Amino acid sequence: MSKQTLEFHWGKHHRAYVDNLNKQIKGTELEGLQLGDLVKHAYNNGNPTAYFNNAGQAWNHDFFWESLKPGGGKKPTGEVLHLIERDFGSFEAFADEFKQAAATQFGSGWAWLVGIPAGSHGEDKFGKLAIEKTKDAVNPLVLGHYPLLTIDVWEHAYYLDYQNRRPDYISTFIDELISWEAVTARLEQAKATINFYDVKMSSI
Amino acid sequence: MAFQLKPLPFEMDALEPHMSKQTLEFHWGKHHRAYVDNLNKQIKGTELEGLQLGDLVKHAYNNGNPTAYFNNAGQAWNHDFFWESLKPGGGKKPTGEVLHLIERDFGSFEAFADEFKQAAATQFGSGWAWLVGIPAGSHGEDKFGKLAIEKTKDAVNPLVLGHYPLLTIDVWEHAYYLDYQNRRPDYISTFIDELISWEAVTARLEQAKATINFYDVKMSSI
Repeated sequence: MSKQTLEFHWGKHHRAYVDNLNKQIKGTELEGLQLGDLVKHAYNNGNPTAYFNNAGQAWNHDFFWESLKPGGGKKPTGEVLHLIERDFGSFEAFADEFKQAAATQFGSGWAWLVGIPAGSHGEDKFGKLAIEKTKDAVNPLVLGHYPLLTIDVWEHAYYLDYQNRRPDYISTFIDELISWEAVTARLEQAKATINFYDVKMSSI
Repeated sequence: MAFQLKPLPFEMDALEPHMSKQTLEFHWGKHHRAYVDNLNKQIKGTELEGLQLGDLVKHAYNNGNPTAYFNNAGQAWNHDFFWESLKPGGGKKPTGEVLHLIERDFGSFEAFADEFKQAAATQFGSGWAWLVGIPAGSHGEDKFGKLAIEKTKDAVNPLVLGHYPLLTIDVWEHAYYLDYQNRRPDYISTFIDELISWEAVTARLEQAKATINFYDVKMSSI
């Protein structure tokens, strides 16, 4: 991911979302909210307010930069790897499903690894990891899911470096850029609200 | 019969510096080609192969519950229509009946240009902005058809809304990112000033008049 890309992606696109959001909420009580809460508030149960796009994109980009690191990628370890293998079958199966989601998000959007609370998906009695894709500025917070990792698949994220070759960008993200440390830290925080294990087996 | 990727109606470097050859190599040569190839794969061996592309798009839209091939069909149609909307040495102002209707329905050419720029700039995410003809009766008590500007998301186009497309600008980021990066408004202004084929718009307006009456019944000619 080139310096040139980041100069535009962070320095222009992300900066504009933040600046424009600030203009939209200036002088209102919304200024006091944390960004994640503002996003959920703005989503307004599927009838988004005027500032939803900027709020969502501001949050999404913060989360995206934290999902990347130099010398990243490869495989996770510890509990993240354990849960990935448990809920996807193998790391390779996770990677394939993530690549598929990111590649097939038509138009602009994001692909995510999330934690889904128990009871959200049939008769599961414990939380689990899942992959989802969202359009434009939408993110898993508004779906009540806990984001653990994201890839930006808006064309501005990869066009200067990969042009139409979105699958190559996605593969490189997985092989070279993911900060599994960030995912691990987020999983720890997620465990405050999501029980990933059967109540009888609350530790590995 | 499978759909074909039609050649561009101009040389790849003919729109420089406003739209680079490099952009067209990717936009036409990769993106548009992929929409056509993938659409053909999706409809191969089905009765859909016999449809005209515009009819396939409307069929695929399925009244707002689009089928799996809608995105590729819509994008194949949209890109054919976009290339035909461009010309070297284009832009400036239209003349004749196109200018007359623009002035009638927007107030002035400048007002049209401002509204078109606004629509194109504010289409969040991927999509298109359009000048369209809207039939009489679609909009309140108007007794005659009129020109309007609309914006659509992703692969959607005015055909599925029952409107008659006259002009489009592609505002998916792949359309302008190599040449303008984040500066979508600059791309849009350049499109208006340098690239629009008003000849194409005029020809489409003539065709539109077969199904849309743009004038009060009592005043059927200017």
